[in-house]
Amino acid sequence: MKSTNKMKIEFDSNTNNIGFARVSVAAFLTQLNPTLEEVADVKTAVSEAVTNAVIHGYDKLAGYIELTSVLEEDTITITIVDKGKGIEDVNKAMEPLFTTKSENEHSGMGFMFMQAFMDEVDVKSLVGEGTTVIMKKRIGCERI
Amino acid sequence: MDQNFIVKGTCMFVKLPEDLDCKNAAKIRNESDKIMENENIKNIIFDFKNTNFMDSTGIGVIMGRYKNIKLVGGNVSAVNVNSTIEKMLTLSGIHKLISINEVSGLKMPVK
Repeated sequence: MKSTNKMKIEFDSNTNNIGFARVSVAAFLTQLNPTLEEVADVKTAVSEAVTNAVIHGYDKLAGYIELTSVLEEDTITITIVDKGKGIEDVNKAMEPLFTTKSENEHSGMGFMFMQAFMDEVDVKSLVGEGTTVIMKKRIGCERI
Repeated sequence: MDQNFIVKGTCMFVKLPEDLDCKNAAKIRNESDKIMENENIKNIIFDFKNTNFMDSTGIGVIMGRYKNIKLVGGNVSAVNVNSTIEKMLTLSGIHKLISINEVSGLKMPVK
């Protein structure tokens, strides 16, 4: 049987909670004995996904963000769910440098970083219902 | 003036926080722009000495200041950059626009 371990947190859509979210996942991830680089990669990806939920999903409105992390053997799967406004065109949103908020100097690199730092990134979104981001990363594949 | 912002001649030295993300991006952006409006700034030096984390919001802040300083023919540089931050600067492509860990043309090692 595969050994699995799961954690789930829910928090307000608030810029103060972006740091909390990434540090929580990083702490949970230590069980897989990751390198510092792997921890940094996962933290960045979580930060990008949660920032998207706060800034784009809820866009100043109140709401909850649900974050689940599952460790299964040497892989972490992180799911971040918001019930915000959703994304009209996911493919367009994932294009590097595409941003709907250039006036606030958002770089349009969020999804690009998630894809660069994680092995798999899957985005499901429905306008008016919210967005779910599922990211996977295998830990320790660079070690022997 | 915020003590993390030091102006000397035409240089503005910005001491960045431990985490450069969405939470404190606006503050750095606003303070930098306020100083640039009032002073004749030609060089912005971002000091990453205390910074261990930066995401794409942080890249946005640096990119925005770069655009502003280019309008007056100035430059942006980043110093005390560690390997995690360097990875972000490289992936974003911003390393081609600003000098990283260079002092007077000499390259400093990445921490």
